[in-house]
Amino acid sequence: MIFTPKIPVKALLTLLFVIFGFAFSGFAQETENHPVTAEGRDPHAEGEKKLNVKEVIFGHIRDAHDWHLFSVGDFHASLPLPVILYSPTNGLSVFMSSKFHHGHEPYNGYKMVDEHDIAADPTLVKGKIMSLDGSKFYDFSITKNVVSMLISLLLLWFLLTGSAKKYKNNGINKAPTGWQNALEPVIGFVQDNVAKPYLGKQYLKYMPLLLTFFFFIWINNLLGLLPGGANLTGNIAVTLLLTLVFFVVMLANSTKYFWGHMLNPPGIPMGIKFILVPIEILSNLLIKPAALAIRLFANIFAGHTIILSLMCMIFIFGAMSKVAGFGVSLFSVAFSVFMFFLELLVAAIQAFIFTNLAAVFIGQAIEEHHHEEHGAHH
Amino acid sequence: MDLLLPELGLFFWTALAFLIAFFLLKKFAWKPILTALHDREKSIADSISSAEKMKAEMSNMKSENEMLLNQAREERTLMLREAKDTKDKMINEAKEQAKEEASKIIAEAREQIEQQKNAALIDVKNKMGSLVIEVAEKVIRKELSNKAEHENYIKTLANEIKMN
Repeated sequence: MIFTPKIPVKALLTLLFVIFGFAFSGFAQETENHPVTAEGRDPHAEGEKKLNVKEVIFGHIRDAHDWHLFSVGDFHASLPLPVILYSPTNGLSVFMSSKFHHGHEPYNGYKMVDEHDIAADPTLVKGKIMSLDGSKFYDFSITKNVVSMLISLLLLWFLLTGSAKKYKNNGINKAPTGWQNALEPVIGFVQDNVAKPYLGKQYLKYMPLLLTFFFFIWINNLLGLLPGGANLTGNIAVTLLLTLVFFVVMLANSTKYFWGHMLNPPGIPMGIKFILVPIEILSNLLIKPAALAIRLFANIFAGHTIILSLMCMIFIFGAMSKVAGFGVSLFSVAFSVFMFFLELLVAAIQAFIFTNLAAVFIGQAIEEHHHEEHGAHH
Repeated sequence: MDLLLPELGLFFWTALAFLIAFFLLKKFAWKPILTALHDREKSIADSISSAEKMKAEMSNMKSENEMLLNQAREERTLMLREAKDTKDKMINEAKEQAKEEASKIIAEAREQIEQQKNAALIDVKNKMGSLVIEVAEKVIRKELSNKAEHENYIKTLANEIKMN
């Protein structure tokens, strides 16, 4: 229940791909060996321009202070985003990220971390902001992820209130149209397959929260799949916040029965209680919510990583030999198309799993005594 | 490793945006949508149950109608039978009465006939008497000459009358 099979499946797929990919590339190199040497290409000369795969992948997966669209040579097309920094010593400073000139220049006592800073201090992360004098500060910038989230919320707002208006204007006995038609089965699905089975009679009270979880996660998963999209749901801060909201709701509505069952499980010998109670407390109050946050984060993170890795493969092999690069590109593109479809599915599945588990855990916490069969033990 | 550490800024903005979005959506989207869906579900269930009820009522009415029809049929046969009985009774009564009347009339007629016969007899006797007297008178007038013969004659006459 706690460990989803999603991660192993993805790991397996990557492994398979890597093995298969290398076999393929070996074959490609063998047959294309002659032209490469004939051109007299020196692999070390290429090495200077070699792309840093780790940098590329994590650069895409990480949050950023500007929304990078594309780069041609030294020209970087990116949308600057507001930087909001609060330092207890230097006070508040608000400016656009374009003031850093893509990390090349310091501004207002701050600069973006670059390779030289990392060489000096490996704990630093490229693209983040550091203060020149080393003083402590808090970063409240409107980053790429924040902008992406605001866009997703605006989309949700117009979609959902638009549908709500249709219900109001058309009355309940008219067939739904347009987006309303697309949303209705999803809402019905959350209601009939998530809320009702686990929350019982009180399901209606939790429906708005569950629906917000579902649609927020889903739409952000999908937006993250767009080229240049932000990796919002694959960011631990976001999944942690979602889990925290769920956790507060769960605790606020938990019943005496739930606590009694956890702290003093009936019908169990004293000796076993000493082992069981800490496990139960740990399970209910830490592992379950943490698993919820980590599962969503890890799944989306892994999906993005795989697709980016596939894309990087083309350039890795391209750097070895152009022909190998083209050869691998066919394979990489085909496989990443497959991965995109898989991720489309995962986007909905993970939204469903998060919502579903939130409903299950809340259901366990709000259980009243008269339910004899309970699933509180794992 | 930094990917596993939540960033404060993003956490803060997500919290703010998510919670605001949640409360706004709850009020302006989920509540109306869920009520609409719930109302529709209820109205569909209601229509189905009312249709079911109508159906039951219809079948009820049908059986009631049938019962009424049967009753009416029975009543009709009963009435017909009664009418027939009454008719028979009336005919019988009429026959009876007619018989009685007829016998009465016959009896009366008989009586009258008897009376008239008696009267006629009396009349005849009277006439016969006067005839006898007349004859006797004639005989007596004639007998003055032939007394013995006449007496015989009278005797025979008298015997004849007696025989009548």
